[in-house]
Amino acid sequence: MGLLSDPVRRRALARLVLRLNAPLCVLSYVAGIAWFLALVFPPLTQRTYMSENAMGSTMVEEQFAGGDRARAFARDFAAHRKKSGALPVAWLERTMRSVGLEVYTQSFSRKLPFPDETHERYMVSGTNVYGILRAPRAASTESLVLTVPCGSDSTNSQAVGLLLALAAHFRGQIYWAKDIIFLVTEHDLLGTEAWLEAYHDVNVTGMQSSPLQGRAGAIQAAVALELSSDVVTSLDVAVEGLNGQLPNLDLLNLFQTFCQKGACCARFRLQPQDWTSLDGPLQGLQTLLLMVLRQASGRPHGSHGLFLRYRVEALTLRGINSFRQYKYDLVAVGKALEGMFRKLNHLLERLHQSFFLYLLPALSRFVSIGLYMPAAGFLLLVLGLKISSLHEAEVGLEEPGGVGFQGLTAGGMVVVFGDPLAPGPISKSLCALQGVGLASLVAPLLISQAMGLALYVLPVLGQHVATQHFPVAEAEAVVLTLLAIYAAGLALPHNTHRPLSCRVVSTQAPDRGWMALKLVALIYLALQLGCIALTNFSLGFLLATTMVPAAALAKPHGPRTLYAALLVLTSPAATLLGSLFLWRELQEAPLSLAEGWQLFLAALAQGVLEHHTYGALLFPLLSLGLYPCWLLFWNVLFWK
Amino acid sequence: MAAAMPLALLVLLLLGPRGWCLAEPPRDSLREELVITPLPSGDVAATFQFRTRWDSELQREGDTDHYFLRYAVLPREVVCTENLTPWKKLLPCSSKAGLSVLLKADRLFHTSYHSQAVHIRPVCRNARCTSISWELRQTLSVVFDAFITGQGKKDWSLFRMFSRTLTEPCPLASESRVYVDITTYNQDNETLEVNPPPTTTYQDIILGTRKTYAIYDLLDTAMINKSRNLNIQLKWKRPPENEAPPVPFLHAQRYVSGYGLQKGELSTLLYNTHPYRAFPVLLLDTVPWYLRLYVHTLTITSKGKENKPSYIHYQPAQDRLQPHLLEMLIQLPANSVTKVSIQFERALLKWTEYTPDPNHGFYVSPSVLSALVPSVVAAKPVDWEESPLFNSLFPVSDGSNYFVRLYTEPLLVNLPTPDFSMPYNVICLTCTVVAVCYGSFYNLLTRTFHIEEPRTGGLAKRLANLIRRARGVPPL
Repeated sequence: MGLLSDPVRRRALARLVLRLNAPLCVLSYVAGIAWFLALVFPPLTQRTYMSENAMGSTMVEEQFAGGDRARAFARDFAAHRKKSGALPVAWLERTMRSVGLEVYTQSFSRKLPFPDETHERYMVSGTNVYGILRAPRAASTESLVLTVPCGSDSTNSQAVGLLLALAAHFRGQIYWAKDIIFLVTEHDLLGTEAWLEAYHDVNVTGMQSSPLQGRAGAIQAAVALELSSDVVTSLDVAVEGLNGQLPNLDLLNLFQTFCQKGACCARFRLQPQDWTSLDGPLQGLQTLLLMVLRQASGRPHGSHGLFLRYRVEALTLRGINSFRQYKYDLVAVGKALEGMFRKLNHLLERLHQSFFLYLLPALSRFVSIGLYMPAAGFLLLVLGLKISSLHEAEVGLEEPGGVGFQGLTAGGMVVVFGDPLAPGPISKSLCALQGVGLASLVAPLLISQAMGLALYVLPVLGQHVATQHFPVAEAEAVVLTLLAIYAAGLALPHNTHRPLSCRVVSTQAPDRGWMALKLVALIYLALQLGCIALTNFSLGFLLATTMVPAAALAKPHGPRTLYAALLVLTSPAATLLGSLFLWRELQEAPLSLAEGWQLFLAALAQGVLEHHTYGALLFPLLSLGLYPCWLLFWNVLFWK
Repeated sequence: MAAAMPLALLVLLLLGPRGWCLAEPPRDSLREELVITPLPSGDVAATFQFRTRWDSELQREGDTDHYFLRYAVLPREVVCTENLTPWKKLLPCSSKAGLSVLLKADRLFHTSYHSQAVHIRPVCRNARCTSISWELRQTLSVVFDAFITGQGKKDWSLFRMFSRTLTEPCPLASESRVYVDITTYNQDNETLEVNPPPTTTYQDIILGTRKTYAIYDLLDTAMINKSRNLNIQLKWKRPPENEAPPVPFLHAQRYVSGYGLQKGELSTLLYNTHPYRAFPVLLLDTVPWYLRLYVHTLTITSKGKENKPSYIHYQPAQDRLQPHLLEMLIQLPANSVTKVSIQFERALLKWTEYTPDPNHGFYVSPSVLSALVPSVVAAKPVDWEESPLFNSLFPVSDGSNYFVRLYTEPLLVNLPTPDFSMPYNVICLTCTVVAVCYGSFYNLLTRTFHIEEPRTGGLAKRLANLIRRARGVPPL
């Protein structure tokens, strides 16, 4: 550490950083992107392996043979559902009781903040049905959950049939050590959320629901099942949950093991390929990008996503029926599920041995957190370098004589977060900031934060006003208000800072105002991106890739229109739009511009809705955190 | 509902300083009985009771000294054959004759419910209680699952349940009987049929409802002698419907609410389903110290209103020494659900205090509910010595209500757990990081830096500094 405490060497280091700032920034950015692309190649990606002892070596033999029974249940369910038009609660209760479960129902209702146009619902009320299989001689302290979400658009009748047939099969076995809850929810995720909140007796999202009559202790793991055909070509597994949470990797390994054993084709986004040829890594990259995009969206991709908040490891299995020769029937799927539940039944502890933070280039390969974090680290280093160079420039301006170049720093971050009581350079630079910046910084900071707050609050609050004055529906009103406030934010701040900043602009340092503002904005952005990347790597990386270059370049000189265009293209909303196009491109279903715009509007509405109904954090994060921060850069760009 | 009762050990230290008598007193003859009750769900419950008495010389010294009263609970016990074998050895006929031939481990542990108990208590031998006997009572209750053992059929027989039949009475037993609950059995013999047909029946009020039992007495020579074995069978002529079983007047449910590893809430729901009678319940809770209870958050609500308990006894926990003890007397209004909830914070344990599988969670013992539940049918006071043994399991204080003790579910609570998978790495790494970071940051923050000015002072300054040094003043 002599490097930092020795003023002479420190000065040399600082000069180096200052002189080579631009090439270092470019290098760091390129290194970040390259590191990410390299994640699909073998030294960085590893084969998955089972870490949990209780599930690894023990053998189970699957005996499920209730394929006909499952199909019969599915037909009955579909018929009853068609007749009643809603979930056939009475039929489900009767059937579950006849296979020997303890049956309970739960009714819930929820008024959405505005009508959901993609699912066509507003005032939602429904009933969840669940049956508990009590483990013999156990005291109901632990349980496993098998859930089937039934919605208006996805009937899932085959999944219900398989659930009932499995329940009947499980009921006849004597080896259960944990209770098993068979849960059928109405209105897919809303029902699951209502049930989970009632089970844990909390109210996170303002759902009205009746209290649960029957419980079965702490839920250890959950599997959600979605099947809409009697035969499947493959099973797709979804792991991404609310706010980008992932289940323990062992649960995924377990599923993969049983799919291999039962020759039931499993897939993760795309069909698996041979890894030795070049196609393998390329497809791995495609899969990886798809996973990053899904995780970054922060929405629950299947009803398993809501379980993760309660520390219940969960995943969704989705039956895919495409045009291929070889198909599997319900028995194969049932056997895979039976095997999974029997092994989960062996668990002595909660799943905790394997990774919680990982990326998947394929179902059988993973990248651990230690290996993917450098990608985000390199991107954030760009901001760090910019902060340190700006800070030095600022201090240089403060003492133009050049003798006081002692204000040299141990890298930008240390200076910024250092103890203000520390003597010498740090306090001096803070004084510089105070003297120059604060007065002129207050206005843009406050205004941009206020814009963010307006973006967060006004669309939902003002929907009724909007519908009275304009010929739009509530959902449209919300989306259009969002866009209007977003665009208004671009026009507002740089008009207001001028009268305030005039006073402080001095002749000797005309640049000081915008540099102080940029310094603050850079620190703000670096902090936010750092925190996001730690909790949801995908989102952090995606935002860093887009926002960092524009943020580093923004200044009120040079080719301003070019910078402005770049800044607009990398704003959070534009990133969302771009991600949608990339998403469909990767799925080999490219979008036209008009479709993309429609999808974008729908995604905005969904984002707001998911915040209110499930507590997804992407919308508040963008509106209260990143959008104001981005406005600060816009402000810097048009500084006069 | 209290699904399974853990083996709760109630130790009553009633002995005076004299200790046990050395000479073994003569054993009273044994009373044994088996009660078989078909449950509304189709399952079959079987309860064995064995009672032995000694007329011992041990005397009780006055009243129970509460100083010696202890209550201990083990919230988790995995039942297995090791629990059964020593228990069986206490029986005079072991498992050779009498009802105990049915106690075969492989069948008893294929049941859906298993509860085994040993009770020891002093019994007065005369009205003035000048001399006492000691009573050892062993009970074993199992519930056979109709789905697993009966392949979906609800008919049962002794052989199908226990894979044994009764052959001969235990020669030491003074009474050896099998009671079969045939309450739904009526005169025209339509719903069910028991085989062999019972010679005598017995009527009583159990848990507030009128019950009819068929009695098979093993000491009755006619019962065994016909075919050298007795295999009691029950056939349903009109099987009971698959309905939700009727709910008892008092039942309870307990759970942990909330999520995350910092806080939580213990909630107990007490159901009083009696249509018009309210009754008080004594709730006893012991909570381990590592759940730090916030007593000010204790709320009791029934029907949306606050319910004030008429008596509260709270003994706070001491870390690593003693658990929380909370005892309350709560009045349950008629036809209501009462929610008792209290918030807690999860403590951080020392790293050696974690159990070998820390991510499994920590058990919290069940709450114990004791209540006098009003009965539907008024019961007559009975002579305990003459009536069957199972009768005294449900003691009636007066005719209008009966005593019930319920245990709720034990709970499994996760505490914040460090990653024990590689403690060595973690400890080494954190120590190194802390040492390196702390040292250098401390250095950077406390040291002041001076730029050494080039020596341009000249002769005058050097002279001045020499004088200053001589005066003991810092140099220029």
